[in-house]
Amino acid sequence: MFNALSDRFSKTFRNLSGRGRISEANVREAMEEIRQALLEADVNLDVVNGFCDRIQKEALGEEILQSLKPGQQMTHIVHQQLVELMGPVDSHVMLVDPPPTVIMLCGLQGTGKTTTCGKLAAYLKRNGRNTLVCAADLQRPAAVEQLRVVVEGVQTSGKGNAQVAFHGEPDKCAEYGTATGVAIGVCQRALKRARSERFDVLILDTAGRLHIDDDLMKELDGVRYALNPHQIYLVVDAMTGQDAVQSASAFNDRMAVDGVILTKLDSDTRGGAALSVKEVTGAPIKFIGVGEGHDALEEFHPERMAGRILGMGDVVSLVEKAQQEVDEEEAEAMAERLSKGQFTMNDFVKQIRSLRRMGPLKQIMGMIPGVGSAIKNLDGHEGQLDRLEAIVGSMTNNEREEATLLKSKSRVRRIARGSGASGPEVNKLLKQFEMIKKMSTQMAGMGMLGKMKAMKGMQGEDAMAGMEQLAGMSTRGSTKTTSVKKKFKKRKRR
Amino acid sequence: MGIFKSTLSAVRKGLGRTRDTMAAPLGSLLRGKQLDDAAVDEIETILLRADVGVSTTSSIISELRAAVKDGNLKRGEDAIDFLRVHLRDQFGDTDRSLANATTSPTVVLVAGVNGVGKTTSVAKITWSLMQEGRSVLVAAADTYRAAAVEQLGIWSERLGFDLVKGQDGADPAAVTYDATEAAVARGADVLLVDTAGRMHTEKGLMRQLNKIQSVIRKLIPDAPHEVLLVLDATQGQNALAQAKAFQETIDLTGIMLAKLDGTARGGIVLAIHDALDIPVKLVGLGERPEDIEPFDPDAFTQALFEE
Repeated sequence: MFNALSDRFSKTFRNLSGRGRISEANVREAMEEIRQALLEADVNLDVVNGFCDRIQKEALGEEILQSLKPGQQMTHIVHQQLVELMGPVDSHVMLVDPPPTVIMLCGLQGTGKTTTCGKLAAYLKRNGRNTLVCAADLQRPAAVEQLRVVVEGVQTSGKGNAQVAFHGEPDKCAEYGTATGVAIGVCQRALKRARSERFDVLILDTAGRLHIDDDLMKELDGVRYALNPHQIYLVVDAMTGQDAVQSASAFNDRMAVDGVILTKLDSDTRGGAALSVKEVTGAPIKFIGVGEGHDALEEFHPERMAGRILGMGDVVSLVEKAQQEVDEEEAEAMAERLSKGQFTMNDFVKQIRSLRRMGPLKQIMGMIPGVGSAIKNLDGHEGQLDRLEAIVGSMTNNEREEATLLKSKSRVRRIARGSGASGPEVNKLLKQFEMIKKMSTQMAGMGMLGKMKAMKGMQGEDAMAGMEQLAGMSTRGSTKTTSVKKKFKKRKRR
Repeated sequence: MGIFKSTLSAVRKGLGRTRDTMAAPLGSLLRGKQLDDAAVDEIETILLRADVGVSTTSSIISELRAAVKDGNLKRGEDAIDFLRVHLRDQFGDTDRSLANATTSPTVVLVAGVNGVGKTTSVAKITWSLMQEGRSVLVAAADTYRAAAVEQLGIWSERLGFDLVKGQDGADPAAVTYDATEAAVARGADVLLVDTAGRMHTEKGLMRQLNKIQSVIRKLIPDAPHEVLLVLDATQGQNALAQAKAFQETIDLTGIMLAKLDGTARGGIVLAIHDALDIPVKLVGLGERPEDIEPFDPDAFTQALFEE
């Protein structure tokens, strides 16, 4: 995410930090690069200009010019300003009492409203909220049906025990366009149902519309006046260009938007919209969409996002993800065994599996400081992980517990046959296993920073190797992770 | 002979908003005025705001500055004339009509990232072809997104075209194969293949497009005759990355620029022409099937500077 922009900043600041003391001309040169990078990232021109003015003013201050590490200082300033531009934010969905809390989603066509409805419902389900989702898009063909399928999927496979239900009136689509206020009626009936069936939340999925289409905007007004939603979220495509600001502010002027959900951040878009929308509309970014699955909705954290933009990695997100996926007790048991120098093939596979549960490899690796730009083509490695598991699957229990048995060539041959791999492939895995065993047992005594350093040192080598170290960290991270989290909080308090 | 006939006035009407936002400030700013540095800076700002992109804008501006320096351009009108010719040149004289195979069916593959308007564009293209009296078969090869097949199904009822569909979650290549077979058997003039939206960064999904292309070739070796990428006019510079990635995977023959009826200025078209040699063939201008126009670079550039 945001790779290109962080690449660019890294380059700018590498140039700066090589120079010792900084001159006014240096700062101006860096500003020009930052300005260009932001424009290429689709940040709105006015926002770019304002941003650069602020940075330059700060950067030209006495402190920076005197600083021995201008590159670092500059990074710090840009980071801070980015955070200020995008935040502060409260990613929690405010719930009202008595329920239901009514949330309305709106936006241009194709920004991902219907998909986001499903994600939001899944998020609420995880948090124990019973949710009714109403199909208020009677305009696009089969939009009602799409939402029905999405909601059904969330109800059957989403995490948590809460109810997610669908309210749709597909037969009203035919009336749409001939009668005004059809969508309003559908929403009103949904609200009635939400009340009588005691849902905690009602989500309204409205049709995509152009902000300059007065008739359709009036319809949105109508829904708003009839239901008086507690929260109105604008769904914005992260790939939007300069126009993001124009459409967002038009929706905001009319609807008084409470928050923005930024979608499609799983692409390689530089996501300038994220920087623009908050400053121009004053509406905070609440969530980001990072994939097609209904779990692919994350809370928006400007600090983390700014960190990513600057190539500083996103360790906090990574740690949180690891915590979500890792069984606390199991992790502690493993940490203890590791500290005694015990690490078996079974542990190895467990680590790989827990790593993979965290999401696509590419996404996880992108969060590690300094790795972002080094890995662009990791897709192939997902397949390699499958092969790795297959090879271990062909080992006997004894072999998995006692890897020294595998020095026998006939065992290696058998395993290769069993897993459809070649002898050298099996041997390569054994070598990788030994390496990660060594690393993991060593790292068991290290703090988080030491681990990060150890990982950074591996950057240039085979991406698999780096991945394995990550696997080592992720399973055992739970004890150390709290300390990082605390540090993060401490820093914020100051 | 192309499938579409170009109508200058229609394009002008369609591009009305592009003209309003881009040309009006240009025109009112420059007409009758001295062409100084401030004016050139202002032109630069307008191009950037229109999503033309940093590198294309700077090349346009540096040529403009050079021309000013040579003393060829003195007043605002001169700059407008210069830009009109210059931007028109960027588009070149490529053939922008949709391909037409010598033996039917002509196969048109439609691809793009999520939410750009592929299915709506397929409906529009089908409508236009039917207006010309051609028989069209559409393959609903988006088996991934919920109700994508139903969406096309509704269009097929409204417009009265034949649709080949598989089950939800079916292999899109299998659906495409069936549709290609059906198109040959029924003697359809055109087969349109609507594919699922996919991020250009997802290698696996991009490979799936390759597969779709190759199953078509099993039956018709020189197909698909037209491979259209649908881009969203509101998109910024990422559209370039999309065009590059799709070009590498399935050899695009053209672009359909959808959603040009908003306030987005469609400047990305210039950037794409600057970087890649893929002609923009069609523009989408609304939600109705008839809201489609051939892309006409003359009208486009001329419209940019009209008031």
